[in-house]
Amino acid sequence: MSEAFSPWNMAHFSTNGSETTVVGHSVGRKDTSLKVTGHAKYTDDEIESDMLHAALLTSPHAHARILSMDRRRALQAPGVRAVLFGTDCPNHTGDPLADRPILAIDTVRYAGEPVAIVIADEFHQAAAALASIDVVYAPLPVVQSPKAAYEPNAPLLHPDVHTYRRNRAEANPIPGTNIATHVPIRKGHPDDVWASCDVIAEVEVSFPQAHHAYMETPAIIAEIDPDGEMHITTSTQSPFTIPSLIHETFDVNPSQVRVHVPFVGGGFGGKSSPYLEPLVVAASKAVGGRKVKLRCEREHAMQTLPCHIGLEAKVRLGAKRDGRFVAVDITYWFDGGAYADRAVIVTRAAVQDCTGPYRIPHVRCDGFCMYTNHPPATAYRGFGHPEETFVIERAVDVLARQLHLDPLEIRRLNAIRTGDSTPTQTLLTGGRVGNVPGCIDHLKKLMEWDGRAVRREGSRIIAKGMCCSWKTSSTPPNASSGAIVRVNEDSTVTLLSGVVEIGQGTKTALAQMVAEVFAMSVDRVHVVLEVDTKEEPEHWKTVASRGTLLAGNAAVRAAIDAVRQLQETAAIVFQCRPSDVRISNGVASCAHEEKAIPIGDFKNGYAFPDGRSVGRMVIGRGSYTIEDVTPLDPETGRGSPGPEWTVAAQGVEIEYRPADCTYRVLRAFSVIDAGKVIHPALALGQVKGAMNMGLSLASREGYVYSGRGVVTNPQFRVYPIHRYGDQPEYHVVFLETPDEHAPWGLRGLGEHGLIGMPAALASALSNALGVDVNEMPMTSELLWRIQTGG
Amino acid sequence: MPKQEVSLSINGEQRMVVIRFADTLLEVLRGKLGLTGAKPGCNNGDCGACTVLIDTCPYKACIMLAVETVGHEITTVEGLHSTPIQQAFADCYAFQCGYCTPGFIMNAHALLQQHRVIDEYTIREWLESNICRCTSYEEIGEAVRTAARLRDARTAPSLDTSVDTQQRRDL
Repeated sequence: MSEAFSPWNMAHFSTNGSETTVVGHSVGRKDTSLKVTGHAKYTDDEIESDMLHAALLTSPHAHARILSMDRRRALQAPGVRAVLFGTDCPNHTGDPLADRPILAIDTVRYAGEPVAIVIADEFHQAAAALASIDVVYAPLPVVQSPKAAYEPNAPLLHPDVHTYRRNRAEANPIPGTNIATHVPIRKGHPDDVWASCDVIAEVEVSFPQAHHAYMETPAIIAEIDPDGEMHITTSTQSPFTIPSLIHETFDVNPSQVRVHVPFVGGGFGGKSSPYLEPLVVAASKAVGGRKVKLRCEREHAMQTLPCHIGLEAKVRLGAKRDGRFVAVDITYWFDGGAYADRAVIVTRAAVQDCTGPYRIPHVRCDGFCMYTNHPPATAYRGFGHPEETFVIERAVDVLARQLHLDPLEIRRLNAIRTGDSTPTQTLLTGGRVGNVPGCIDHLKKLMEWDGRAVRREGSRIIAKGMCCSWKTSSTPPNASSGAIVRVNEDSTVTLLSGVVEIGQGTKTALAQMVAEVFAMSVDRVHVVLEVDTKEEPEHWKTVASRGTLLAGNAAVRAAIDAVRQLQETAAIVFQCRPSDVRISNGVASCAHEEKAIPIGDFKNGYAFPDGRSVGRMVIGRGSYTIEDVTPLDPETGRGSPGPEWTVAAQGVEIEYRPADCTYRVLRAFSVIDAGKVIHPALALGQVKGAMNMGLSLASREGYVYSGRGVVTNPQFRVYPIHRYGDQPEYHVVFLETPDEHAPWGLRGLGEHGLIGMPAALASALSNALGVDVNEMPMTSELLWRIQTGG
Repeated sequence: MPKQEVSLSINGEQRMVVIRFADTLLEVLRGKLGLTGAKPGCNNGDCGACTVLIDTCPYKACIMLAVETVGHEITTVEGLHSTPIQQAFADCYAFQCGYCTPGFIMNAHALLQQHRVIDEYTIREWLESNICRCTSYEEIGEAVRTAARLRDARTAPSLDTSVDTQQRRDL
């Protein structure tokens, strides 16, 4: 680390050496009052009388030529101010691959793709006018699966892919195919060692795309000032990426784009890539820069907006007779949908951690992000890792069965440890990887594992399943965060950070860190919960479970900087050395002086009673850029995809009724090496919530496409996510193996509760049925098909 | 489409508002009265984020016409002040992103008003009409149980248990 900061050994910033008084304790969330009174404002809660409203016309076809479009009748409809077609704003957008017109031009590539936008005085007027737009389509052949898209004779969805603007480090499309990106891993000698394996497990896995089900459907408000400044209020996890995206899409200066983010009603990755923002900017331009709001209905969120990626994969895992893994060969065909969006990065993330937290010397892996005629896919909680975990863990279970080994013991035998290397040949030194064997040992106790996965109780089967998981950040090498700490007149402090509060409570955790540095109550630390890209210092994106690492480091540095400034001024007043000034409980004190001075008195320098003043305004600055991340080699995948790996061992216990193929999850378990738990209640809530989401995804969620490629279940009544009472008992244990780069050694954990749930559930169901369950969602219908061949 | 001025009784106040007959209660609360606590999570009656009380019963405001509520007492989350359920949601960390929270709070508040004794079956029966994606639901269940204790502590001296027996039989 460049600038050494180690809060735990800065004795005068914490009362008792490595003991903490605020960090590590559960305090009240900073957003509590607003959220339990209904006063927390989300984007759609901004309602103004001069605001126009937009409605989207979307394609009913998954793949078609647009023969003609006519808006004359719509323009005559009451209240309508403008109707935009793709030809009016022929700009392509998308990061890292600009493959998507902001409104379809000539061709539609998925059912739900935006075709036109109507802007009217009232929302109901805009919605009513949609029926007056006449569009004539000529349907084209539909590509319904990533493997079908990979076939040499498949219809080409993007024949001009080589002409699209792209980030060459992140998107690697292959012209003349439907491959939006290809990411390979070659480690060791993956082609030569198969003969030395005593046993080989081969498994094929698949699941369809799914919905994030953030409760707040995205809303966007755009307005353009007379001087050209664009104001965008939006429900996003990545406000600081929007100015550059708008710049690339419309050729405006990024500094002329100002993004405001109020509270965000859940993201889970679904709001990590800007999607409709350019379209709403175009809509505002069409009405002279007036304020235009677009709010997606749930059906649009499920058919139009990017979703959880689908997958078809095959894996071949070879081992010695004693259970030691030798080699693995994995191919992923991801269903990236009609436009690549972040799906190409999800593909890379899965590939780079494809072995799971296991030591496998020889690795071949090919990840293909395929274009299909399904909705586009983007980040989803876990970002490629629930997917790679599902694939490798199914193979581990099969291998254990073939070798008659305890599935827990084979995992412990192969657990990755310090000194091993990842599939990308990153050497795991120091604290870069958490304690996998420790997690497995705790899981064994937690789920009372005795080697028996199945027991019968009358007509029911009680079955257990388990898995191990890991995740790194997949951040770019310059992912950064900044923070500012101001001292207030009343001896409180205010923290400014660009992290978006999407429910995870990061700003409460940041306030704890600042309070710890100031050695005072967290009640004296204010945070600004909303984000304005022209006011808060930049924070890369609120994704990848790295808010507390990036923003935490920045906030701690800003707090230390502010304390240092206070000490310098106070030292003049006390006539002592700055290092002898103690800042705690909102006052500055010094051993030689009886009188303590409130830190608020130093806010603008210190004024003596006689009118003289010393020092200057206190503004603490801090910033952090991620370390130890390097790009992957395009041929071998060699590189460093993240600073550290959070690891976990997870399990479920189910009750299965063979008579009707129904089941219920009774208990779910997670042991996660969190590095350091900053806020126990929030950490537990994050992990349990993620486990609940993972079990819901695995057991019952997935898009059902019609034969023509249309998502047929775009409402919660036909897309039945967990409701109250569907949840099992959750059991969570945290280990604390510190990551040396992070404040107090913390590791990201926002996603990790979810990652292993699909694999653990598949493991338990496979044990209960005695037949492998390698697909999601694991509905009773799927189990019936597997059991009966129906 | 014709519009009409109506008087709605909301959170103890009479509010005059011009509405279309086709306006849902949710649209009127949010768009015309600035009461944005109730949320449009699905506009389809599936998620419960728009739950408000009509007299003492929870209703989904997205599938109810505003004209239907004339003459009834409407309570939104903005009309609750320091109730046991709000305190319990805070104490139990029963929210994360907060978007579903007003709906859950209104539903649970009505549950607490209508049932003196609350068992797990009743909690499930009432709360399965709302969706939360962030929490594990365990926290929300704990908040309802905690709120019942807070309520009982506040009202214990004058508790009349005969009402409860009657309502349990109605289930």
